Amino acid sequence: MEIKIALAGNPNCGKTTLFNDLTGSTQYVGNWPGVTVEKKEGRLKGHKEVIIQDLPGIYSLSPYTMEEVVSRNYLVNEKPDAIINIIDGTNIERNLYLTTQILDLHIPTVIAVNMYDLVKKNGDRIDLKKLAGELGCPVIPISALRKEGGSELVEMAIDLAKKHQKAEAPHVLNGSVEHAIAHIEESISPFVEKNNLRWYAIKLFERDEKVIEELNLDAPLMKHLDMHIQDCEKEMDDDAESIITNQRYAYIQNVVDDTVHMKRARGNMTLSDRIDRVVTNRWFALPIFAVVMFLMYYISVSTVGTWATDWTNDKLFGEYITNAATAGLQAIGSPAWLESLIVGGLIGGVGTVLGFVPQMVLIFIFMAILEDSGYMARVAFIMDRVFRRFGLSGKSFVPILIGTGCGVPAIMATRTIENERDRRMTIMLCTYLPCGAKLTIIGIIVSTFFPGSMFIAPSMYFLGIAVIVLAGIALKKVGYFAGDPAPFVMELPAYHMPTVKGVAIHTWDRAKHFMIKAGTIIFSITVVLWFLQTFNFRLQMVDMDQSMLASIGHALHWIFVPLGFGSWKGTVAAISAFVAKEQATSTLALLGGFSETSSAGMHAIFAGAGVPSATLAAFSFLIFNLFDPPCLVAMVTAFREQGQARWGWYTVGFQFLVGFMMSFITYQMGAWLIYGVSFGIGQAAALVVIAFIVYSVVRKPSKGKADRLPDGQPAVK
Amino acid sequence: MKTLKELKVGESGTVVKLTGAGPTKRRIMDMGVIKGARLMVRKVAPLGDPIEVNLRGYELSLRKAEAENILVDEIAAE
Repeated sequence: MEIKIALAGNPNCGKTTLFNDLTGSTQYVGNWPGVTVEKKEGRLKGHKEVIIQDLPGIYSLSPYTMEEVVSRNYLVNEKPDAIINIIDGTNIERNLYLTTQILDLHIPTVIAVNMYDLVKKNGDRIDLKKLAGELGCPVIPISALRKEGGSELVEMAIDLAKKHQKAEAPHVLNGSVEHAIAHIEESISPFVEKNNLRWYAIKLFERDEKVIEELNLDAPLMKHLDMHIQDCEKEMDDDAESIITNQRYAYIQNVVDDTVHMKRARGNMTLSDRIDRVVTNRWFALPIFAVVMFLMYYISVSTVGTWATDWTNDKLFGEYITNAATAGLQAIGSPAWLESLIVGGLIGGVGTVLGFVPQMVLIFIFMAILEDSGYMARVAFIMDRVFRRFGLSGKSFVPILIGTGCGVPAIMATRTIENERDRRMTIMLCTYLPCGAKLTIIGIIVSTFFPGSMFIAPSMYFLGIAVIVLAGIALKKVGYFAGDPAPFVMELPAYHMPTVKGVAIHTWDRAKHFMIKAGTIIFSITVVLWFLQTFNFRLQMVDMDQSMLASIGHALHWIFVPLGFGSWKGTVAAISAFVAKEQATSTLALLGGFSETSSAGMHAIFAGAGVPSATLAAFSFLIFNLFDPPCLVAMVTAFREQGQARWGWYTVGFQFLVGFMMSFITYQMGAWLIYGVSFGIGQAAALVVIAFIVYSVVRKPSKGKADRLPDGQPAVK
Repeated sequence: MKTLKELKVGESGTVVKLTGAGPTKRRIMDMGVIKGARLMVRKVAPLGDPIEVNLRGYELSLRKAEAENILVDEIAAE
């Protein structure tokens, strides 16, 4: 028989550490259907019949964040056989708030007081026996970090699950509230499962929208229930939600007074307080943050990461594997097309993508350290003021910064933003600073058309910042994003020393996702591209300019004519850049016969009929590629992280529009103002586009939905 | 009676009332900011907003806009 045990608790209570400890390395990482919150499932070490389910960290079972809705749907509908509720022993009061809600669910529950070693070290005392007595369920001290108490804990949970020993809900609510709840229980008992009765009754009392919607009781009954609720509200002189919350905390206060004896006098500084004195200090906070970010960027992108990526691209895939494969294929006498597919297509294409893995792993390691230590919360705290100005919160800053390395980990990093609106918008904006691959395009354009220019590359960063700010302001005025800024109510958790194992697991989880998902897609696209550029429509192997790819370039070149690079080669380069930005560089080099000594071929690509200047067209090409949708991998990641295909298309569509408009304005206005082309339709259209952008930024915002939930729409079902 | 926003760094207060409504209010209550809770303003972020508040033995950060909806009675420094 399989036994399901759910781990539930506040964020930062050590849940993940315990989960990894209990399940070892046999974990499976999956997504919740339809949403991007991770749920982890693993089998207990040594007991394969026991499944441990790691729920997202939550503060409450209210329906206001994605994590909360997901967790409570799981607990209420799928009913695990037992719950292990982990509470942070050093912060017991707020942690018990969730406990009082979990105990309403009538599921066998065992409470794990984590960080018990710290509690003892601080000289505090928790009367565990008394605590168990008051809460009506077993309480076990553990230290997840030191792997103490875990086995005892899980045995207790298995035991409870086998005996179906339900938690005895403690008497949290007082007389008149309990009275009203009893009334509700009585009225709804025909409609809900007996075990869920109390939970539904309390939620109805709180007027929980999701539960009201789910039960869909008839109007007269709802009216009857509401009468009871209103009576109670009148008597207590407060609204129903507040009444329940107040009484839960009042109950907890009593329990804590009875069972917890703190040695530390109030006002004493903890180690965390002392670290924070420096790290979020008025004067030092920003410089420290700048240094941390610089180091992260410098190590993972500029130095170590680039060495590793260059080595992987140039040596590992560029020489060793390519040479070995070529030699091997020739030795067995394989046909030329197969060699071309494997060496030119697959090793070149997939290798380029895998080449970015070292950079990403380094970024992921830094991210994991910053997250696990608690510094990420401080970054949000420090930067919130800046980002609120254009509609985002402090939590959006980190992904944008990571985007200067690679857009894929940047999009992944938006997972730390719990507000759905902010996360969606950050996904749309975080790839606008030039990433590592876009730098190669800047490189080839600058060296060919602006040799020796020092300021084009840096100015692209400033342009990127300007685009993020202006696009942020403009998006914020669109219906979905409009309305008051989402509240910023966030715990600043105590600092923890990140563990090697924790960081490694975090990093591996993310890198694995990238390699598998991106690898499979890049693999298939590469085959398709190779096929298109190697064969003509009669399936004969031909030169590139007679290939199907060239025909496609000819067919689509009209899209890019208004941007100045509408030759078939320019078109193919721009399209191939959607697969990977660095692909544009190699396509241009290939099509233009580019070498260090001659750039005539490159000029020829951009010097089309009616184009006043190849330089202008090339610059327009650069602008387009920096601000259009990022590479295929990043787009796939955006689709996945947005959760809904609709939002994936919005993201890509928006980015295409931005890239197209900027490139269009650059080319048309440049032709008119710099190269003396007479004012025509193109210029008029460009002025209209400029007017549209200005309007989008300065117009009055659309009316947002009043009183929106903090995570946008509760789209989780 | 003051709002939490008006308390200075280092000052403490007891929550008297939460104005405002909806999910934000609920969120703030879930975090333990309810009638009778004791708060201490720990610090203000380098750029002036948000603020960091100590309550129930942990640190909570919220914006001044949200702090404005929390009415407190100031507790005189001990």
